[in-house]
Amino acid sequence: MLALPCAAGGQELRPYTITGDAIVESLTGAPGDAVRGRALVLERTSTCILCHSGPFPEEKFQGDLAPSLSGSGSRWSKGQLRLRLVSASRLNPATIMPSYYRVDGLDRVAPAWRGKPILSAEQIEDIVAYLATLLE
Amino acid sequence: MKSAGTIVAVALLIAAGIAIAPLAATEIPPAERRSGYSFMAPDTKAIQDDDTANPGMLWVLDGEALWNSKAGATGNACADCHNDARASMKGVAARYPAYDKALARPVNLEQRINLCRTRQQQATPFAFESRDLLALTAFVAEQSRGAAIAPEATAELAPFVAKGRDFFMRRQGQLNLGCTNCHDDNWDKHLAGSAVTQALPTGYPIYRLEWQSLGSLQRRLRNCITGMRAQNYDYGAPELVELELYLMTRARGMPIETPAVRP
Repeated sequence: MLALPCAAGGQELRPYTITGDAIVESLTGAPGDAVRGRALVLERTSTCILCHSGPFPEEKFQGDLAPSLSGSGSRWSKGQLRLRLVSASRLNPATIMPSYYRVDGLDRVAPAWRGKPILSAEQIEDIVAYLATLLE
Repeated sequence: MKSAGTIVAVALLIAAGIAIAPLAATEIPPAERRSGYSFMAPDTKAIQDDDTANPGMLWVLDGEALWNSKAGATGNACADCHNDARASMKGVAARYPAYDKALARPVNLEQRINLCRTRQQQATPFAFESRDLLALTAFVAEQSRGAAIAPEATAELAPFVAKGRDFFMRRQGQLNLGCTNCHDDNWDKHLAGSAVTQALPTGYPIYRLEWQSLGSLQRRLRNCITGMRAQNYDYGAPELVELELYLMTRARGMPIETPAVRP
């Protein structure tokens, strides 16, 4: 078990604890909203479907650089999904998946994004809640 | 604390028997290199293939007019020194970016044209991405259509190629991606439905359908850097020229397609 310090800089990240390959506790202390999570996954600025496909019949353009999100909820627990969103590079340093809740260890971040995580803690919880519903 | 966390996580993965991908990226073997053209839909290929349909040819025609126009305090046109571009400019674009002795660094074709304007014609340089600079660049580069890309392999250029390669390999921006992560490792995949491609700059300046305009390689590079959410570089920045140079070395031997059409 490790407690992680949070980033200095523009925005304070909430502390979280990694247990094995998961972050068991919600980043916000509350469960996310799966409906909002689905909308976020489809939103271009979240970047998810640039690389992933999934059960989104209304979305014509989906990426194939990464596995389909279909069945995520049966492959991973919510805690495992949470760590994969927060910082997939902790599990595989060579991954191309960005760390969505991290502001340190990055090089030449554009001024508009500096000191900010890609997604907020609330957005991560919403997406975790949605992905956990994808059982097949 | 952090590195300890990584070690724990990696140890867990190893314990679970999960293979960890090597950190070093794989460069594309020469025999597997493909122009961006080969990734395009037949309709888009047809636009490039037909000079009467290729919008880039409008810039080439404008460039030809500029080639023959007098400019600057000397009142000389490009043609007054270089004569017929069909002979004098043949193969030139295939060797750019090229080393400029006075600047002691590589310059790209747009910069060479502007250096010629300021040094020889005593004219003001064209703005980057201006219609005139794109037109003259497209006209000069079109004279190399079909020529094999052949950046000079000299000791003077080598450190700049190395810097460009370092840029290509280095992760940056909020998304923490390097060029290589997509263009060496995932060129056969799709980013939200668009082919990733191999980042081999065979046809610049290109007419890009998304732009509805001709544009330079640096414009395209800046688009990608914005997409990575990284701090961008100004047009003409040494870093962008070095990256161009490295990309041209990756494309060595491939034929110039200028003016290419791309989605």
